[in-house]
Amino acid sequence: MERHLDEELKALNEKLLHLARLAEESVARAIKSLKERNETFAQDVFKREESIHLLEIEIDELCMKLLALRQPVASDLRFITSAMKIASELERVADLAVNIAEVSLELLKQPALKPLIDIPRMASLAQSMVRDSLNAFVNRDEKLARSVCERDDEVDSLNDQVFRELLTYMMNDQSTINRSVGLILIGRHLERIADHATNIGEDVIYLVLGKTIKHHIEEIRREAAAKAGKK
Amino acid sequence: MDIQPKIETKNLSFYYGSKQALRKINIVCADRRVTAIIGPSGCGKSTFIRTLNRMNDVLLGARSEGDILLDGENINAPGIDVVDLRKRVGMVFQKPNPFPKSIFDNVAYGLRINNGKARSKIEETVEKSLIEAALWDEVKDRLKENAFSLSGGQQQRLCIARALAVEPEVILFDEPCSAIDPIATAKIEDLIMKLKKDYTVIIVTHNMQQAARVSDFTAFMMLGDLIEFDKTETIFTNPASRLTEDYITGRFG
Repeated sequence: MERHLDEELKALNEKLLHLARLAEESVARAIKSLKERNETFAQDVFKREESIHLLEIEIDELCMKLLALRQPVASDLRFITSAMKIASELERVADLAVNIAEVSLELLKQPALKPLIDIPRMASLAQSMVRDSLNAFVNRDEKLARSVCERDDEVDSLNDQVFRELLTYMMNDQSTINRSVGLILIGRHLERIADHATNIGEDVIYLVLGKTIKHHIEEIRREAAAKAGKK
Repeated sequence: MDIQPKIETKNLSFYYGSKQALRKINIVCADRRVTAIIGPSGCGKSTFIRTLNRMNDVLLGARSEGDILLDGENINAPGIDVVDLRKRVGMVFQKPNPFPKSIFDNVAYGLRINNGKARSKIEETVEKSLIEAALWDEVKDRLKENAFSLSGGQQQRLCIARALAVEPEVILFDEPCSAIDPIATAKIEDLIMKLKKDYTVIIVTHNMQQAARVSDFTAFMMLGDLIEFDKTETIFTNPASRLTEDYITGRFG
C-alpha cells in the first residue's frame, strides 16, 4: 500500500542525494585546485558553500516535521534519523573541502614545495570512501558500508606518513615551513573527510540492520558479557 | 529489569464452533509489566485476552485447547473456580459499563457480594480504589450520585476502580480508550503506567501509538497467530518480522 509518507520519504531521499553530490563535487574541486594549482576551482568551492548550508537546513527541517507529524516507527524511523545524521556528516565534508580550497589558494601563491604523491593518494581514497558510503546508503548495502569503515586505517597511516615527511622538510629548511604546514593541514582535512565517510558507513549499517557498530560497541558488549559470565 | 512470568499460555487454541480463532499461542506476560496486544481487525486479540479470565466460557459453542498458567497453575483446566479467577484477573471493557447505581455502590458491589465485609472496611476500600484509579478528587463529594452523571472518561476510571476494589493481580484492558476523548485517554494511559507498579497489565489496542506509549512488551497477532513478541522498544525500532514491520508502518492494516 502506497502511503503519503512514502512520497515524503522519497523527497527526503532525493534531497539527501543532492546534498551528497554537492559535497562530493566540492571535495573534487578542492583537490583539483591543489593538484593543478588552479585558483578558479578553489573559488568554485567557496561559491557553493551557501547552497550546501541551505540544503542541510532544509533536510533537518523536513526530518523534524516527519518525526513530529507522522510518528514514524521501525525502518521509517531509522531512515529519518539516519538521514539527519548523514546530512550533518555531508555538511562537514563540504566544510572540509572549503578548508582545503583555502589552503590551496595560499599554496599556489608560492612555488610548489615538492611533487605531491601521498596527498593525492589520500584524496583518492577519501573520495572513494565518501562515494561508496553514499552508494551503500542508496542500495542499503551493509557489506559495502562495512568495507568503507575498514579503509579508514589506511588513510590514517598515509596521514602519518605525510606528516613525518613534511616534518623532515621543515627541520632541514625553515623556508619550507609555511608550505609544509599547509600540506600537513590538507592531510588532516582529508583524514577527517575519510572519518566522516566512515561515520556515514556506520549510519547505513544502523539503517539496514537496526543495530549499531559505532565505537566498537559490539566488541565492548561481548567482552562485558564474557566477564559477567565468568563471575 | 527483573522479569517474572505472571500469565503464560502454552499452545493455546480457541474455536468458535468450527472456526479456529487462535492458533497455538505461546506467550509469557511478565509480572508487573504492561503487555500490549496489537494486530488488525479479526486477528484474535480480543478473543485471546478473554481467554485469560475465561470470559469466553459464556459463549455457546466456544472451546479452547492448551494451557493458561497463572502463577504456574493451569486455569484452563476443569474444576477451576472461574468466579475467583475473575477476581484475580479483572477486566475493563471498550465501552465504559458502570452499573446503574451510585458511584460508591459501583465500587462497593464486588466487595459486598464477595463476603459481606464490614461497612468501614468497605468505605476504606472504595476510597482507596478511587484514589488508585485517579478519580477520588473528582467524585469524593458526590459518591451518592448516579454513575451515569460522570463523563465517559470518568466512567471508565470508575470501572477501573471497580476492578481494583477486589484486589486483582492482573488487569485486562480491552481497547479501554476507543470510546474516549484524547485528554481522558491520556489520563487513563498515565494511570495504566502507574498501575503496573502493583498489577500485571495486559492491554489490547488497535492504536499502535498507544501500545508504544504505555507498554513494556508488545505482541503482534494476525489471523489467529502470534507473529512476533518482544520488548516494545524493539518492536517499534527494529521488528524481526516483515509482517510486523508492514503493519506498524501502515503498509497494510
